[in-house]
Amino acid sequence: MEGLKLTNAELLVYIHPSKSGNKLKAICRELSSLLFQYDEIFDGVLLAFDVTVKSKGAKILAGLNPYFGVKVEASLLLFNPKPNSLVEGKIVKISPETIHVIVLGFSAAVVTDIDIREEFKYRMRNGEDCFVSSSHKRHVLKVGTMLRLQVESFDEEVMHIAGSLLPANTGCVKWLEKQSEEALHMDRLVLICTLFFT
Amino acid sequence: MGASEALTDPSSLYNVGNNDLSDTETVLNVRNALASVQNGESDLLYDQFVETIQINNRSDHALGAQLDALLKALSGSVACIDVNHHRRILSGIFGMSLWDHKPHVMDSLVDLIISLAATSGKYLDNCLNMLIRHFVPPPWVIDRLWQNRVIEQKQHVLSRVHGALLKISLLVPLAPSRLLPMLAHQLPKINKKDQVVVIYVENLLKLENSSIGQVGGGMIFMMVMERLRDLDLEIDWDDILQDDSNRGMFDMELEDAMNEGDELPVGSLNQDTSGGKIESLDKLMVTCFDHLESCNLHGRLDQVFEKLFDSFENFILNTYKSKVSQFLMFYACSLDPENCGVKFGSKLLDIFLSSNKPRPTRQVSLSSLWMSAVAYLASYLARGKFLPVSYVATMLKRLVDECADYCRTCNDDIRPEAHQLFYSGCQAIMYVLCFRMRSILDVPRFRSELIPLESILMHKLNPLMVCLPSVVAEFLRQAKAGGLFVVSDSFIFEDLLESELSRAFGGCERLDTFFPFDPCLLKSSNSNISGNFIYWSMVRPTYDKDDDEEDDDDAEIIVNGDEESDEEDEGDLDYALNKMSITPKHSFKNNMERERLMKMPSMIRPSTSPESL
Repeated sequence: MEGLKLTNAELLVYIHPSKSGNKLKAICRELSSLLFQYDEIFDGVLLAFDVTVKSKGAKILAGLNPYFGVKVEASLLLFNPKPNSLVEGKIVKISPETIHVIVLGFSAAVVTDIDIREEFKYRMRNGEDCFVSSSHKRHVLKVGTMLRLQVESFDEEVMHIAGSLLPANTGCVKWLEKQSEEALHMDRLVLICTLFFT
Repeated sequence: MGASEALTDPSSLYNVGNNDLSDTETVLNVRNALASVQNGESDLLYDQFVETIQINNRSDHALGAQLDALLKALSGSVACIDVNHHRRILSGIFGMSLWDHKPHVMDSLVDLIISLAATSGKYLDNCLNMLIRHFVPPPWVIDRLWQNRVIEQKQHVLSRVHGALLKISLLVPLAPSRLLPMLAHQLPKINKKDQVVVIYVENLLKLENSSIGQVGGGMIFMMVMERLRDLDLEIDWDDILQDDSNRGMFDMELEDAMNEGDELPVGSLNQDTSGGKIESLDKLMVTCFDHLESCNLHGRLDQVFEKLFDSFENFILNTYKSKVSQFLMFYACSLDPENCGVKFGSKLLDIFLSSNKPRPTRQVSLSSLWMSAVAYLASYLARGKFLPVSYVATMLKRLVDECADYCRTCNDDIRPEAHQLFYSGCQAIMYVLCFRMRSILDVPRFRSELIPLESILMHKLNPLMVCLPSVVAEFLRQAKAGGLFVVSDSFIFEDLLESELSRAFGGCERLDTFFPFDPCLLKSSNSNISGNFIYWSMVRPTYDKDDDEEDDDDAEIIVNGDEESDEEDEGDLDYALNKMSITPKHSFKNNMERERLMKMPSMIRPSTSPESL
């Protein structure tokens, strides 16, 4: 899945003097307040972090509030789905006009009917809403399916992804992977035959 | 594309509704209208749609059906709505209210809101705000809450709103975190006349019970607790009780006065201003009690208790003037004594004992918090009928040990301001023993745990001189009668509830006279509490209440100049209240009276007419 990256960062975290008893806890608290929010400086949504305190000393801010700045080295897990990248998520709701997906458990993604390729037709099967591919009968999208979709846009404030199922490499993840495995298998077979006959 | 083709293909298995073709047509019309407006053209159909949405006529069936069809069509075209070009229709939609419509229109509106919220992040906040607004019903609902059809409408609206909030939080996982600040923002201000805040809190608590509560339960309790406290502080309790500052601590508690048929000395001037707030607070408390009870039934009380205690610690613990809000904790503990009941006491004790931990700087402001914690603990242990004696004894032992440690390391004379914590600890022990002396002394093991108490009370710091005189007097009397120990010095208190020394250790917040779980003053709330509450009249002290008059003569503690007042106050309740009296106003000697007084006391209702049981 694209859109996830692990980066290292050198940070300076300012802590209130009352928290000097347990610096690590205060640092974690500061960084935790940034979780699941888009940060321009990091260029992504912070999902997880790991910190180590670098220096023993800290610089105290001059002024009314004597906060002190601790140098920290952190590795950050960031999520920033750029347009035209691929993400995967679980389908939670299907209606004739939309497919609602949840990506990584926190980001809501929606694919509207305009962005679903012609191949998929809406059907009601056994009381369940689903989209079925007209060219491959086994390619079914229903509630609970893991879906691979292409990102059209990403709303950073609400963590909302507008997605598209137009490209051919999007759809049900299981089916796509099986397809690619079979394709690989076929390729090998053709190669062997070619070698055999030459 | 794929799905939209299905709309134009009548032979597809796509089933739009009962009336397939006309609905499909409507959707197409709507989409076309939206598209043309987006292109900058004016569209008659679009204007018609805006008008339909703004109509507010429940009785017209045709209009209702039209609106229904339009809303359904809009749900199907959410992707075609543009936040900039379609402002008029969007503001129309967000301005609608479920209260104004019939159930079938409500359903379509709710579906539209859910689609809007889930499909684009730009509408999420507006949708959530629109839904939360329904927690404040319109005036015509408030005025007629007793009517059946209004009750039905309320049920229709609120069940759909909660359903919608849950569905949105399922589709947009971060919705609850955006929802919570909005809930706080829309909480109605304290309003004297309306019961609106009660309905809002009812809905907040219902949310707490749902999956949204898993994320935001703590914040919801904070909001509720803060509102309870604010309402509590707005009410002028002193006026209602007509200055009870001189009332004897162990004087017969007010509810016995009700038995007499005496008029409660209520400041009738305050009825109008405080009356509505008192009712509101009472109803709010009962709503919260009901919620706690349902949590208990579903086995969630333990989990909820942590959040409840956090909000109590934040808002109530350091508020010394609240009279009622703290009973929320009392009630929760009474529902589950083994878990919550024990936890409450232990947490309070921990706060008090945390005063021992080394601190980087000398934080003076925390001392009132610690004193408040021990005052709460004392009042709780004294009044909690559901607390087993063994638990009370354990807590007492820890307090006694703590005070004994303090005595060992301290070599000072009486200095109330410097040893506030010590004095409040001693007063706490004595107060609890006033209520529980007999049951504790009955068990030899518990009795032996109290042995260090004598040396504490005889220490140079002289807590007997500094602590509240009424508490000390009652305690010494019971200690002597129970054979715990006998105090050789005589303490002359002379009608005093409090003294200068006690005022000194109590500080400006008067924590020396702080007994937070004194009887609850609200009618309906008290009916939930009284079954688990120990009233002073229910206590069997170690001395025999029957032999009062004889005892007073050879008592070493002179409490009262004149024991029996012949002035049975016909209308002079003030005098009785002012008198510092250990003996109850009505003697237990008379069997009939004794039975009547031992009955479960009646409710205290701050009104002019006494309430009968």
